[in-house]
Amino acid sequence: MCGIVGLFAKSADVEERLGAHLGAMLAQMADRGPDSAGLAVYRDPAPPGATKLSLFSEDPAEDWEAVAGALEAHPDVAVVASHAVVLLDADAETAQRRVRERRPDLRVMSAGERIEIFKEMGNPRDFVERFALDAMHGSHGLGHTRMATESRVTTQASHPFSTGLDLCLVHNGSLSNHNRLRAELRREGIEFQTDNDTEVAAGYLTWRLREGASLDEALRGCLDDLDGFYTFLCGTADGFAVLRDPIACKPAVLAETDDWVAMASEYRAIAVLPGAEDAQVWEPEPARVYAWERAKV
Amino acid sequence: MPVAEPGLGVETVDLATTPLRELNARLHAPDLAPRWRIVNPHGAHAVAVGIDAEVEVDVDGHVGYYCAGMNKRATVRVHGNAGVGLAENIMSGAVCVDGYAGQSCAATGRGGLVVVHGDASARCGISMKGVDIVVRGSVGHMSAFMAQKGRLVVCGDAGEALGDSIYEARLYVRGEVTSLGADCVEKELRDEHVAELRDLLAAAGVAGVQPGEFRRYGSARRLYTFDVDHAGEY
Repeated sequence: MCGIVGLFAKSADVEERLGAHLGAMLAQMADRGPDSAGLAVYRDPAPPGATKLSLFSEDPAEDWEAVAGALEAHPDVAVVASHAVVLLDADAETAQRRVRERRPDLRVMSAGERIEIFKEMGNPRDFVERFALDAMHGSHGLGHTRMATESRVTTQASHPFSTGLDLCLVHNGSLSNHNRLRAELRREGIEFQTDNDTEVAAGYLTWRLREGASLDEALRGCLDDLDGFYTFLCGTADGFAVLRDPIACKPAVLAETDDWVAMASEYRAIAVLPGAEDAQVWEPEPARVYAWERAKV
Repeated sequence: MPVAEPGLGVETVDLATTPLRELNARLHAPDLAPRWRIVNPHGAHAVAVGIDAEVEVDVDGHVGYYCAGMNKRATVRVHGNAGVGLAENIMSGAVCVDGYAGQSCAATGRGGLVVVHGDASARCGISMKGVDIVVRGSVGHMSAFMAQKGRLVVCGDAGEALGDSIYEARLYVRGEVTSLGADCVEKELRDEHVAELRDLLAAAGVAGVQPGEFRRYGSARRLYTFDVDHAGEY
């Protein structure tokens, strides 16, 4: 099953309360995905020349100060439950290599200028509490509640999946050609950490974007190269994009007001937003890419 | 369809404070009040399902999946949008939505009337078996898929593969049809069809639309039994 939510702020008020809104939306989608939950939020750009990493440790008593020291990161580490957000004065490749070499036990959940990804096993309502979503601001974010079908319930197999710098993917559905596609993508040098189908879709997007495709082109490529059911929500530094497979069995609702754009698996996740009663609401058409972006400053 | 005025004899149920099962149980009870008003649905699923009584129900706000499913005799009006499977398997009575309806609207409906004043999404009227559907806006892809009986009236456009594998339902579309599905063809709009459309539009309370502006679609009847010459179309 799984539930997807996304929120794009068009006003300062919604930016300020983005995490609280997304938390309320995730809680509504808990029934669709009680196994695990995740959130990608875009905020607080790293200073020029620096890279922001979201790190996950399986050790609940992780010494994040020591991690920052080992990685030569800024000392003010933002610890969020089992995750921490660190800033490194290095390009993204160097920053991620440093984690691999110096702290291979940690997992890089996201890398980029603005993105932060948090995900964890357990009920989404607990996730909202544990990761203190109420206190998070941001320009836009997307979340997922997972009912596992294609692979085990682990933090690594939870969504969102990073698909490159400042990019991530959440998915409702199941892919049937992921094993073959994973093998093909491995030959292209894409690395996979799980046997999860969505990670293959994320890897596919990473590969297409690496080869120079625009996000729109990469998503359209899914229509030809992915076999299965999917509603995708794809986060970028400036916004998000939605795509449903050509059959469109998996649900999706979009809504827009002057203050926000929201996407969710069901309307009840949108009903919790201010002004939802008067929003323009519609179901995205199959095989069509819908995208929203912040105005570039 | 007129809105029930608040006042004497109108039972009001607030879904912000009343559990959904309690509401539906009350709507299934014998000797229920003739008029109901449901407030604060906030996208809840299965609102007012399975009613079998001559009552009028007004829902103020948006509903989730399967609103007014299996409806018999009742008139249910949603003053908002409806999610997936509105009036699924409706038997009789009427279900009316002011806004848009999600996919599989009136799926497998056997009778009665379903009216959507906005757009209906994909698979509107899928496997319809006698229901009449009037959509003031447009319908999405694969609408009237395997439709068997009843009438679908679309005042706007229809998406891809309209009427795929259709049996005997009659489809009327006023705007563009992106494509017709297997075994669905355009047919002549004769006087009896114009008269039928006039009645359906009047029953749905749709004004400003002329019955002569529609085109009629239906089954070419080539897929009823397997024919190897048509194997590619199955």
